[in-house]
Amino acid sequence: MASLRSFLRSGKNAVSAVLRREFHGTPPAAVQVTVRDALNQALDEELERDERVFLLGEEVAQYDGAYKVSRGLWKKYGDKRIIDTPITEMGFAGIAVGAAMAGLRPICEFMTFNFSMQAIDQVINSAAKTYYMSAGLQPVPIVFRGPNGASAGVAAQHSQCFAAWYGHCPGLKVVSPWSAEDAKGLLKSAIRDDNPVVFLENELMYGVPFEMSEEAQSKDFLLPIGKAKIERQGNHVTLVSHSRMVSLCLDAAAVLAKEGIECEVINMRTIRPLDAEAIETSVMKTNHLITVEGGWPQFGVGAEILARIMEGKDFFICF
Amino acid sequence: MNVCVGCVVCYCPAGAQCVAVIRGKNKQTQRHSLDVKMAAARGLTKLYRIGLHAIRQNTTLKATTFLQQRAFRLNGALRQQPFDSSAEKPQFPGASAEFIDHLEFIQPNVISGIPVYRVMDRQGQIINPSEDPKLPKEMVLNFYQKMTLLNTMDRILYESQRQGRISFYMTNYGEEGTHIGSAAALEPTDLVFGQYREAGVLMYRGFPLDLFMAQCYANADDLGKGRQMPVHYGSKDLNFVTISSPLATQIPQAAGAAYAVKRENLNRVVICYFGEGAASEGDAHAGFNFSATLECPLIFFCRNNGYAISTPTNEQYRGDGIAARGPGYGLMSIRVDGNDVFAVYNATKEARRRAVAENQPFLIEAMTYRIGHHSTSDDSSAYRSVDEVNYWDKQDHPISRLRHYMTARGWWGEDEERAWRKQSRKLVMEAFEKAEKRLKPNPELLFTDVYDEMIPPIAKQRDAMWRHVQQYKEHYPLDLYEK
Repeated sequence: MASLRSFLRSGKNAVSAVLRREFHGTPPAAVQVTVRDALNQALDEELERDERVFLLGEEVAQYDGAYKVSRGLWKKYGDKRIIDTPITEMGFAGIAVGAAMAGLRPICEFMTFNFSMQAIDQVINSAAKTYYMSAGLQPVPIVFRGPNGASAGVAAQHSQCFAAWYGHCPGLKVVSPWSAEDAKGLLKSAIRDDNPVVFLENELMYGVPFEMSEEAQSKDFLLPIGKAKIERQGNHVTLVSHSRMVSLCLDAAAVLAKEGIECEVINMRTIRPLDAEAIETSVMKTNHLITVEGGWPQFGVGAEILARIMEGKDFFICF
Repeated sequence: MNVCVGCVVCYCPAGAQCVAVIRGKNKQTQRHSLDVKMAAARGLTKLYRIGLHAIRQNTTLKATTFLQQRAFRLNGALRQQPFDSSAEKPQFPGASAEFIDHLEFIQPNVISGIPVYRVMDRQGQIINPSEDPKLPKEMVLNFYQKMTLLNTMDRILYESQRQGRISFYMTNYGEEGTHIGSAAALEPTDLVFGQYREAGVLMYRGFPLDLFMAQCYANADDLGKGRQMPVHYGSKDLNFVTISSPLATQIPQAAGAAYAVKRENLNRVVICYFGEGAASEGDAHAGFNFSATLECPLIFFCRNNGYAISTPTNEQYRGDGIAARGPGYGLMSIRVDGNDVFAVYNATKEARRRAVAENQPFLIEAMTYRIGHHSTSDDSSAYRSVDEVNYWDKQDHPISRLRHYMTARGWWGEDEERAWRKQSRKLVMEAFEKAEKRLKPNPELLFTDVYDEMIPPIAKQRDAMWRHVQQYKEHYPLDLYEK
């Protein structure tokens, strides 16, 4: 069984081996880069570019990160820029918010977003709301990042998707990358953004390699927050998704294509602000919409998308 | 010199001769302790009178509880001294202290911190014979067998994760003494909140190997219906609250449970285990503080094993460990050698006796060493030397220290060791093979227990699942699941 083979690797890499590789078009000088390495590059480049940027979290320094996303960074930048914290999410999120208020640009890593619940007051009440409540005087340029959503067999307390929870709050930008290109371009944009950004990664995607164009490999490669991407063109049905479920949609599209059904797969890339326009344009073309996500359906990302479409000016034109 | 009732200035344990560490404060400290003692005596007498009166009035008290004449709120009366504006003493409600006229900061005492209580030396010899609990031979042999059985089970389950048979595992290597010593000092009805490295407590209480394995394999025998990651054990019958992944959440929960236990007014205590890393969480602060203000029969048991994944203690905290935090919250505190099963036993036993008798929380910091990796997702050679690990494995291990104690008394020898190794391995392997073959839980269990009664949307999802599975049954390995 595939799952048995996968566990022959060391525990932390085991789950990523379950997924199949993704291949896309092959422009010249493109390389295969895993999502983990893309994130690592983004962190490295932004740490180098702006000395106010620093990373803090549990196990991020000498251990290279619980999921090895910050591999090599402590060795390169040292204690001042890569900081291991004691075990208190509420504590270090608060410290990070304070540092952001005082002029630094922290990247606060949660070992998984499930543990961000112990710090959520700092994220919402102190990071998200402060610029507004201070009459525009106090920005909080912080990035909260870490794995979100389900992994493999890690039970309820390690598997929740927080896209809907954070996506609900004004003042926050919420980003959910899928590919290596997404991960790098969006993380760089998030770090350069002066607003608090919640950056939702996915543990199972860390080890998945993607083609990265030469352009995407450059140090100034940025992707705009708030713009979705059409990963696959199609005429018959729109599949809207984010993060790991984009892979699922593409797989389903491949199966359906054999039956003559062409799916348009939209990778949301950003949860908040939602790129409703991209979805509307697609639905106008296909007249069929399915949202696919790892979160629970009630009050979720898909529920919001469906509500927006149904309330939108174009809904009745579909008929 | 006066006997100190536990003042926060020097961190001496209560009952010690008051040795003022701060220069020029001798007279002040002594007077302070005397004042507190006298206030305590006054307060106690008053309370006993009130308490006895209340008990006589209250005819609904059961005969058993009548005998336990514990006041519900003892220390509350102690703190509130009567306001007296004529006195030269500070009248602040926030602290009971003397004035001082020169500026002096209290130095955190990290160089010579709170001493480590032990009964045996590293070779298993009793140091102070009056501290030897002199437990009966059968009990000591049971300690040894439980520690070694746990060790054997750990080895086999760790390997089974490496081979892909289970998804995850955490070993207890080096900390078996903390589990067995503390578990043995408790009553079976005492409620246990663990963190994740206390399997020995459950094993001591009689949780069978079959159920340990069932939980790790998430098979149909699992009490948790296959819903938890491995090592997230729980047993209602054995009063062991199911392990929960987020760290330190069990600490305030234990304080709340202890409050409930206090209201029951039975001979019952709550014990809460956590690591030195988890003690950094905000929840720990809340739990410690609340247990003191609510005056609960609670034992906080910290396993200070030197590492939290890769974070060593000198990056986790800068104070004198966890024990030194106790007095700050008003907790009776002690530091013990966690690799000395008798020291752990003695401290827990006494803490339990007093927690129940006096309705107050105790903090035990058991110093030990995490010989294994944090979990199967960790490789500790990345952040510590093999020599360090070997030292603890070979020279200061709870199992070998107890074995030396037993062999010195002629209770154990090479033959018994050989026979027991064979038998314990056989027991574990039998349970292991049985668990492997067992079916997985019925898929119906995906949908139950979200609420106490299944709500219609979930019932619909369950029905939809069965319809789907029936329609595409050739794609689903239903034979592996219980019907």
